[in-house]
Amino acid sequence: MSVKVISGDHAVAYAAKLARTEVVPAFPITPQTLIVERLAEFINDGELDADFIPADSEHSAMSIAIGASAGGVRAFTATSSQGLALMHEMLYAVPQCRLPIVMANVNRSLGAAAGIWVEHNDSMAERDSGWLQVYVEDNQEALDATLMAFRLAEDRRVLLPVMVCLDGFILSHTVERVEVPGQEEVDRFLPRFEPCTVLDPAEPKLINPIVPPEYAMEMRYQLDRAVDRSREVIAEVDAGFGKAFGRSYGGLLDTYRLEDADFALLTLGTATGLARAAVDELRSEGKRAGLIKLRFMRPFPFQGLREKAEGLKALGVLDRSVSFNGGGPVYTEVAAALCNVPTIVTGHVAGIGGRDIAPDHMREMFALVERAARGERVRPVTWHGLRGEME
Amino acid sequence: MSEMGTIKDMPANDMFVSGHGACPGCGMAVAVKNIMRILGADTTVYVPASCLVVISAMYPTSSFRTPFLFTAFENTGAVTTGIRAAQRRRGLRSTVVGLAGDGGTFDIGLQALSGAAERNEDILYVCLDNEGFMNTGIQRSGATPFGAWTTTTPVGKKVEGKREFKKDIMAIVAAHDPPYAASLSIAHYNDFIKKVEKAKSKQGFRFLHVLTPCVPGWRSDSSMTVEIARLAVETGMWTLYEVEDGNARTTYKPKAMLPVTDYLKLQGRFRHMEDADIAQLQEWLCAKWYLHYGDEIEQPVCAMLEKGKRMRYPHEEQLHFV
Ligand SMILES: Cc1ncc(C[n+]2csc(CCOP(=O)(O)OP(=O)(O)O)c2C)c(N)n1
Ligand code: SF4
Ligand SMILES: [Mg+2]
Repeated sequence: MSVKVISGDHAVAYAAKLARTEVVPAFPITPQTLIVERLAEFINDGELDADFIPADSEHSAMSIAIGASAGGVRAFTATSSQGLALMHEMLYAVPQCRLPIVMANVNRSLGAAAGIWVEHNDSMAERDSGWLQVYVEDNQEALDATLMAFRLAEDRRVLLPVMVCLDGFILSHTVERVEVPGQEEVDRFLPRFEPCTVLDPAEPKLINPIVPPEYAMEMRYQLDRAVDRSREVIAEVDAGFGKAFGRSYGGLLDTYRLEDADFALLTLGTATGLARAAVDELRSEGKRAGLIKLRFMRPFPFQGLREKAEGLKALGVLDRSVSFNGGGPVYTEVAAALCNVPTIVTGHVAGIGGRDIAPDHMREMFALVERAARGERVRPVTWHGLRGEME
Repeated sequence: MSEMGTIKDMPANDMFVSGHGACPGCGMAVAVKNIMRILGADTTVYVPASCLVVISAMYPTSSFRTPFLFTAFENTGAVTTGIRAAQRRRGLRSTVVGLAGDGGTFDIGLQALSGAAERNEDILYVCLDNEGFMNTGIQRSGATPFGAWTTTTPVGKKVEGKREFKKDIMAIVAAHDPPYAASLSIAHYNDFIKKVEKAKSKQGFRFLHVLTPCVPGWRSDSSMTVEIARLAVETGMWTLYEVEDGNARTTYKPKAMLPVTDYLKLQGRFRHMEDADIAQLQEWLCAKWYLHYGDEIEQPVCAMLEKGKRMRYPHEEQLHFV
C-alpha cells in the first residue's frame, strides 16, 4: 500500500492498472481525459501490460471493448457525457451478451445548454441499459469501487458490465489523499479473469445472433433476474474488500446517523459529503436528521430502502439530473420503492449543469423534508439554487 | 502454405454451410461460402447488421461453423479490432474476419473502417457489395450505381433513380496504405481464390471488396447472378485489381469493353434509364476504364461518345497502376 495525493481520474486509472486490465480502447472527452492519459502512460512506461487502442470514437471504443471481452480478456474504458451518449447503442449489447466490461463515466452534463461540468443526466439516461451503476463520493471510493467493479462484473453469478460514475471536476480533477493498494494485495482480491464464453476457433460459439420473439423475452427476463441477483454479490464483494483493505462501503447503500432519525435526505455522488455536514449541524441543534447514501442506481435497492426508511416520517431525494416533468430519476425510483410505506417522499433537484450545491441549499432541502415530516404540505419536487423563483 | 490456385483445389470442408436463408441466386452467399472455405476453421467471424446476419444467424441456429459475433451495424472495423487484440493476447492463431455489407462499409461503417485501417489492425475486412441496403428493403447506399432504382431513389416524374456515381471505396481504403486491398468477382474464380489466399496469408489490415449481385435488389433473374458479375467486369462496371504495399496491379483485363447496356439490360433496376443517363454512365465508365487499363487502345464503345466530353474519373492522380 502507498499513500498518494491524486485526482479522482488518476485514482480510477490506478485501479484499472492494479486490475491488470488487458485492453484499453479509449477516446478522449473532458473530464475523463486524465484517466486514459494516465493509462497510456502506464502502458508506454511498461508498468501495465495492456493494449491501448486509440479508437476513432466512443462508439468504436465500446465496440472494441466488446470484441476484446468476447475474445476473453479484461477490458476497461472510460468516457463522459456526449461520449457515453454516442456509446448508447453499444451499451445495450453488453449486458445481454453477459460481457463483464468495466467503464468509468465521469459525470458531465449532456446535450444543449452545453457545458463540461457535472450533472448526472449522462449516466442516468443509461439506467435501463442493463449496466450496473455505482456512484462514488470521493477519490478513495473511486479507486475502491473500480477495483470492486471488476470482481463484481466477472463473478459467474453476475457476468454483467459495471459503470463507475464519478462527478466531473469535483472528483475527476481534484486531488485528495488516496491509499493505493499494493499489486499483491489486489491480485489476492481479484483473481485472473476466467471468461465464460470466448470466441475461440477450438470451440466455436455463436455469440449474439438474431433472436426471434419465441426466445427473446426469456433472455430479457434472465437478464432482469441477473441484475437483481447481483445485489447479493455486491454485498459479498464489499465485505470481502473490507476484509482485504480495511474499507467497505455498505454495498448498495450506506447510511449516516439514520438509526433514530425522523427525517432524512438521500444523496448520491459528491453531494453526500455536504449532506453529512448538514446532518451533523442539524443534530447539534437537536434535530433528528439522517442520511442515506445511495451507491448503486442499478441494481436499485428497493428492499434495502424500504428497510432503511422504516421509522422515517419523510425522506427527501436529491437528484443531480432531471427526468423532465417528473422530478429526478432517483426521486421517481425511491417514490416507487416506498409507495406502500407511510414515509413521505419529496424530490429535490440541484447542482444542474455544474451549479454548485451550497451548504445553504442543503439546509433548505433538510428544512423542507423536516416540514414534510411534521405533516406540512410541501411541493413534491423543489429546485434548489435557481436564480429566480419557482412558479 | 499450399497454393489452392483453382476451384478444383478448394477444400470441401465448408465453414459456411447450407440451410441459411439467402434468396436463391444470392451472390453474397456464394462469396461468403467460398471465402470461408479458403479461410478455414481457424477463423473468427464478425458480421454487422446486414442480410448476412439475418440469413446465417437466427437463434438457435447458425450457418457458420466458426466462432461468430454480431452486435451492430457500423462497427465492423472496431469489433474485429477488439477480438484480434484479445486473441493475440491469448496466443490464439485465428484470422479475424469482418463480413460487412456495402452500407456497413461505404456509409455508416466508414469511420470504424478508417480507424482500423489507419491503425493497421491485423484483421481481414470483407465488403460484400450488393450496392444497396438490402436487408432493410433495397435503399440507396454510397455504393449504388448511377441511375439505379432503389426504394429511396425511386423512378419519379421529375427524378429518375440515383443521381450520384458509386463511391470509390477501394481508393479510400488504399489511401490508408494498407498491406493489401483487392477487388473480387464471383465470376472470376481463380482470381478470387488467389486474392482471398493472399489476404489470409498477410498480416495487418487487409481489405477485400466483392461485387455480390442481389436478385430482388437488382431485379434480376436468379440464374443470372454469376453472368451479371461477369458482365460487370467486361463492361468496366467492376474492375479486378489489387493494391499491395502501395502498388496497384490489374489482375484481370477484359479484351475489349462491352457496352454498359449489356450489363444494364439484365437488371430491372436500370430498366427506366434513358439514353442521356446511359451515355453519362458510359462516359464515367470510359474514364474509369482508361484509368485502370491505360488509354493506348481506344475502346470503340468510348469512341462513340461525343469528343471533348470525356470526364475525369475521380482519384485519377492518386492511383498508380503498375
Ligand atoms: C444504427 C443502425 N441504423 C440502421 C439499421 C438498420 N439496418 C440494418 S441492416 C441495414 C442495411 C444493411 O445494408 P448493407 O450493409 O449494404 O448490407 P446488406 O443488407 O445490403 O447485405 C440497415 C439500414 C441498423 N441496424 N442500425
Ligand atoms: S436480398 Fe439480396 S443480398 Fe439479401 S439474401 Fe437476398 S439476394 Fe442475398
Ligand atoms: Mg448492401
